Amino acid sequence: MNKKAHIVGAGETQYTKWGQITDTTEHALALQAITRAVEDAGLSIDEVDGLASFAEDRNEAIFLAAELGIAELRFANMVWMPGGGGGCAAIANAVMAVETGQAEVVVVYRALCQGQFMRFGQGAAELQGQSQAQSPTHTQEPPPPTFVQSNEMLMSAMGFVMPYGMLTATAAFALPIRRHMHLYGTTSEQLGQIAVTFREHANRNPRAVMKDRTMTLEQHQESRMIAEPLHLFDCCLETDGACAVVITTAERAKTLAKRPVAVIGTAQGAPKGYSFGSFTNANIDDKLYTTGGTGQLANRLWQQAGVGPKDIDVAQIYDHFTGSVLMQLEDYGFCKPGQGGPFVASGALSWDGGSLPTNTSGGSLSEAYMHGLSHVVEGARSLWGESSSQVKNANTCLVTSAAGVPSSAIVLQGQ
Amino acid sequence: MSERWFPNSMPNPMVDHYSLPWWQAAAEHRLQVQCCDNCGHGILPPAPICSECRSSQLTMKDVSGKGSLYTYTVVHQPVSMEQEMPFVIAIIELDTQGISNNTVRMMSNIVGASVEPADIGRAVSVAWEDMSEEVCVPRFQFD
Repeated sequence: MNKKAHIVGAGETQYTKWGQITDTTEHALALQAITRAVEDAGLSIDEVDGLASFAEDRNEAIFLAAELGIAELRFANMVWMPGGGGGCAAIANAVMAVETGQAEVVVVYRALCQGQFMRFGQGAAELQGQSQAQSPTHTQEPPPPTFVQSNEMLMSAMGFVMPYGMLTATAAFALPIRRHMHLYGTTSEQLGQIAVTFREHANRNPRAVMKDRTMTLEQHQESRMIAEPLHLFDCCLETDGACAVVITTAERAKTLAKRPVAVIGTAQGAPKGYSFGSFTNANIDDKLYTTGGTGQLANRLWQQAGVGPKDIDVAQIYDHFTGSVLMQLEDYGFCKPGQGGPFVASGALSWDGGSLPTNTSGGSLSEAYMHGLSHVVEGARSLWGESSSQVKNANTCLVTSAAGVPSSAIVLQGQ
Repeated sequence: MSERWFPNSMPNPMVDHYSLPWWQAAAEHRLQVQCCDNCGHGILPPAPICSECRSSQLTMKDVSGKGSLYTYTVVHQPVSMEQEMPFVIAIIELDTQGISNNTVRMMSNIVGASVEPADIGRAVSVAWEDMSEEVCVPRFQFD
């Protein structure tokens, strides 16, 4: 019998544009997603004994466990990968907990209300605030530029690049994408094809924030420039909501209603010198600069899963930026380095007849931005036969987390 | 004071024990790379130990301030700064010949000119911007 841990349920709240969820709190959304996921699995909260999250989730497991009335919390875990890099790592950690017997039913969750807290797209504005010397009163002129002392590693690393105006993820990720274009002739239209394909998938997904908004390649090209070469429509959404998935043993999964879906491979990590990824990795190996930094991780993942890129029926690839999708397609071996542009332009990512149906929910570009946990939800759905853009006979699915920062990925397979 | 390209409201350098000497040299218009005494590896930003041989015998060395454009982005989205838009963030590959045994790159800005894709690889030189008496920021200009 396969001893691998299984994904047995998924739950989501409503997804909205950022700032539109105002009648409840972020942590109440986490509770809602968790209870829906457990219900979807056909389990009871009384059976949950582990919670895991990532991306410095504000909704701490110890408090959620108390509010949920979890009988005995046996596993609570947070991943040390920045932002969206840790989503699949949180799954990996839950899998390890289940497979080693530390816990039996672990819920991985992510809640993100950008309206109630800071917007990630403007997150560095908060860093900038920390970098400013404080005026004694608001009525006085601000003091002249000065050094601000920091003993925190993140602030030290960011403090070395912020004086140049490096404050947003879009600017950070635009740098390697521009060089990819320079080296390989990748075009903005090719990036646009990724956005258009995922939008077509979102238009079929009743949960997608962009359900009713179509996008043409011309509209992509005409959308306003954010940080060249990235247009607005090359960037993921900013949304409110929460989602969760339930991980349990193969044995327990067999007793539940859904088709058993095993996590057959997991990998997490970063290449040498990666630190905070595209924000701070100017000195990584030249050969890695125009990649998602996930090539080594991909090799480990395929080896562990015992499958390769040719075996993947459907993929959920973290899409914070179109160019980052393209780099991951190269890192994971779906095409050769530098060939991501022609690959996506061929229509490969379409659910309807593409060679690698990808982000069948619309992804973060068009469904919702849940720091990539919604990609895991859609990955499981696509093997349960529940996707709104269902790939026929899909049995093996790759799910990745944010590239261009320390990252993680999993392979799911129907049993 | 030097020519100004950015307003005082730009983020200040956030310095730690290792980067403070780098910014203090910058205030004297000296661009530096931290170098390992043991293996000759060049390190930016300055760190407590060498990432290649783990030696903590590290020395700050002046570089010429010459280099080339490695990649860039033209930023059109104001975050909360008052600077003129758009502006250019760039990665500069520094000329560290005779200083370190590896290529050393750093983030900065290209000022005084617009930047096109074909400019990648072009020679640049440091252009110091005195933000205050204490803070001088190395920007770069095309040669």
